[in-house]
Amino acid sequence: MLVDGMLSGMVYALVAAGLCLIWGVMDIINFAHGEYLMVAMYVSYWLGFLANVDPVLSTVAAGAFVFILGALTYKLIIRYTIGKPGLVALLATFGLAMFLKNVCMNLFSPNFRILSGTWLGDKTLHLGDLIFPVPQLAAGILALIVVGAVYALVNSTRFGWAIQATAMDRDAAELMGINTERIYVLVFGIGGACVGIAGGIMPSYLAVHPEVGSMFGLIAFVCVAMGGFGSIPGAFLAGLLVGVVESLAGFYVAPVFKYIAVFGLYLAVVFLRPKGIFGW
Amino acid sequence: MVNAVQRKAFSGKDAAWLAFLALLVLLPLVPWVTANSFRVHVMILVLLFASMAQAWNIIGGYCGQVSFGHSVFFGIGAYGAGMAVVTYGGAPWPGILIGMIAAAVVGVIISYPCFKLSGHYFAIATFAIVEIFNRAFLVWDWVGGALGLDYPLIDEGLKNLMWQNSKISYYYCVLVIFVLIFGVVRWLEGHRYGYFMRAVREGQETAESLGVNSTAIKLAAMALSAALAAICGAFFVQYNLRVDPPMVMSLDMSMKFVLVTILGGSGTLIGPLLGAAVLIPLQEYTRAFWGGLGGGVDLIIFGLLIILMVVKQPTGMIGIVHDIHNWFVRKNSAAKGDVPNGAP
Repeated sequence: MLVDGMLSGMVYALVAAGLCLIWGVMDIINFAHGEYLMVAMYVSYWLGFLANVDPVLSTVAAGAFVFILGALTYKLIIRYTIGKPGLVALLATFGLAMFLKNVCMNLFSPNFRILSGTWLGDKTLHLGDLIFPVPQLAAGILALIVVGAVYALVNSTRFGWAIQATAMDRDAAELMGINTERIYVLVFGIGGACVGIAGGIMPSYLAVHPEVGSMFGLIAFVCVAMGGFGSIPGAFLAGLLVGVVESLAGFYVAPVFKYIAVFGLYLAVVFLRPKGIFGW
Repeated sequence: MVNAVQRKAFSGKDAAWLAFLALLVLLPLVPWVTANSFRVHVMILVLLFASMAQAWNIIGGYCGQVSFGHSVFFGIGAYGAGMAVVTYGGAPWPGILIGMIAAAVVGVIISYPCFKLSGHYFAIATFAIVEIFNRAFLVWDWVGGALGLDYPLIDEGLKNLMWQNSKISYYYCVLVIFVLIFGVVRWLEGHRYGYFMRAVREGQETAESLGVNSTAIKLAAMALSAALAAICGAFFVQYNLRVDPPMVMSLDMSMKFVLVTILGGSGTLIGPLLGAAVLIPLQEYTRAFWGGLGGGVDLIIFGLLIILMVVKQPTGMIGIVHDIHNWFVRKNSAAKGDVPNGAP
């Protein structure tokens, strides 16, 4: 149970890491984040269904696709909301979420779609007494790698320092010769790519449908806020915590209570630490 | 100062409002409107959403606390009326009253800790609360669980607040709610508590340094806002004759409270009405025209329009109204030979 929770927690952490980056740098809640995930799952599903590409490989394509989607979102929408009240960007991305969800609904119908015969599907790995479902394990490991890579990117490359500088003070960063517009586009793209990678591998074990993103999006908000403003380690820890609480509550209490437990956990954390675990 | 406030209590603007209300009262007498029950339906929804948005406006617009949790209060009001009729087989009236009180109490209880949070943390906490209530009501058998409550066929009339043949009675009913809520907010605008609320919005620390108890003000505003939202919820369930958790306690419903207000112009008396008057016909007519095509074409267009409207006019419709007004003023003053903007 704990292992299951940890694995799904890692995927939550990856979804949250993308959101966290965007939030940390631009102070924007991207309401369409869950829908990015849904789009990525469709990309991976159709690649698998039409071209027989396994989700493990189409993860890359899905990541790239959502990277472009994120950059476009910034160029077409978010750019015009910078400097306006924070609510503007939130409502605009809510409109975008509605748009994406219904475009997929229109094109692909609301049916649940599942890929069969994938490389990882339905396999399990026995390690001593522990039984790992392979698709979840692969998704978890991939998530761990990507979150680590993003963390390293932000903290130990010149580009990452530029991102941090932009997040601290846009005008000052501009004066130091950083092209902040480019940083914003790339941050939105990378944020999208994180969730795209997560969505790319998920059709190995999860059905795709237009509503699938909403719950992940909400959980990602909760993880990011629980972890603390723009803190990737915080979001990672929160993601793990959410995954574990979700599966424990689902197992020991009742499946319907798992989301109540997750959101209750968020409230408990922020009531004790109003800025999240790693917030200040 | 006190005199100035009192003298402003009834102004030319209020006369315009009264004229507008008289128009709304008389509108159903025009056969063109009543010939088509869809038009009446759209008008009912416009007034309902204007009232909901105005209720949200008290806490979100005037007091500056952007809550995404209002569908909880809306839902409590809806369940209050629904349970009075369905579970206990009586008239909805006591249920509405209990729903209002319950919504206000719940509002205070959940807001008290939430008000310690700021910005996005507060917004996400209110999302979380909506989800918790939604799930809890889904599994709570006493309130009907996931099946929801379906109204039985009972006598129509004011006693049961239910009419089966005509929507006109519903229209007048929602008009009463609309007048009540707008009246409350109009009264609040000139009252000292209204000034306290705006002071808290503009700067909580400054307001506190001037002796405003900001926590008490915010809690009072939330209680009032929640109780008024509950009335709207009660009307909603009486109009739809059914209630289940996703219908009333969803994030989408919460977003509508916010969207209508923001698109109209938050923190203004007329904003919620403007927002509802634009957004709701848009939603209903796109649904009527394109909904039949299937696959959510109406919602695709609606989503695009939301993006466009929020991005292009972040101050809401009221901003457009002000621009037009300013344009006329400038034109008039230019015609009189005055220099605009008082420049030398």
